[in-house]
Amino acid sequence: MHKSCCRALGLPLLLFTIVLLTTLILHRAVADQNPNSFNRLMRPASERNAPPLTDGIHDPSAYGTSMLQAPRDAFAALPKSTSGNYVNWSRAMEEQLVNPRYDINNPDAPAVVLDLNIVREVKGSMPDVVYPHKAHTEWLDCANCHPAIFIPQKGANQISMASIILGEKCGVCHGKVAFPISECRRCHSRPKVATEQ
Amino acid sequence: MMEMAKYLTRLAGVVTVAICTLALHAHFNNAEAEYGDIIMNEFSADADMRPVVFPHWFHRIRFRCKVCHGDLGFAFKAGGNSINMLKIIDGDYCGACHDGGVAWSIENCDLCHSGVPGTPTQVHHSTAQKLIMPVEDDVQDEAAETDETN
Repeated sequence: MHKSCCRALGLPLLLFTIVLLTTLILHRAVADQNPNSFNRLMRPASERNAPPLTDGIHDPSAYGTSMLQAPRDAFAALPKSTSGNYVNWSRAMEEQLVNPRYDINNPDAPAVVLDLNIVREVKGSMPDVVYPHKAHTEWLDCANCHPAIFIPQKGANQISMASIILGEKCGVCHGKVAFPISECRRCHSRPKVATEQ
Repeated sequence: MMEMAKYLTRLAGVVTVAICTLALHAHFNNAEAEYGDIIMNEFSADADMRPVVFPHWFHRIRFRCKVCHGDLGFAFKAGGNSINMLKIIDGDYCGACHDGGVAWSIENCDLCHSGVPGTPTQVHHSTAQKLIMPVEDDVQDEAAETDETN
């Protein structure tokens, strides 16, 4: 009787130990949130490009979730940027670290690239925008943007940062899947021509 | 005594599971999905399926934008294509590749339908979502309620 009681109590004791340890770990994690910590609101770099099991959007109980690739594994060898996916996709392709297909079946089909810069003189104090067709046609087809999003004619397109934030014009991609507007200088890259004071 | 031990075992089990669930919930509740992940839940919820999470980053590593947004006709809009399983089976949209040829076939339901149930259609972490139009579950709930009252 006594022996069987001990054996029966063994499991609860083990479980209680687990509970105790979990509680301690949780308590420790809460205690670590120092109210005066540095970068209190910023997501730490270690949490970027999280694997599907812990990204909060995938359901961890879905059978497929554990089979999906973690973005950080795919991005490890790619050049970094400061926002979005934290990957500089244009440079990744320039340096041939990724070689996405231009044709669905033919991995060797060459892209039809147009090397033409369009300078847009902006109204405010920001440097003018240089739009490179080259970097865009490496990825896209002319018909993806013209004429539905941009009329292919000088001066025909009214573009504002407000419309971009609302997901129109450049914002159809930038701020969704291409680098977001926080990377101001990647577009606003040409200093204004000095005017007489 | 034995009864007591059994009771304690059960209690300890329940408490352990509860604490672990809470810990996991606290961890997962902070949605940190990848920038540009597209969540599609136009038809999934009604069919008792998890929403689809489309990893845009994974696909751009393998295909240029032009392949899907030009050749396959995907509109540049989350939920803008009304994709359903029939279209996929017939070889349109995802089905152009996910046919067991270029990429794995449709029997791997959970690889796409892997989103947290109830997550609305969106481009995750988009500037618009962050700054002006946060996608809330409430929006969908309200829409559902309106549908019911109509």
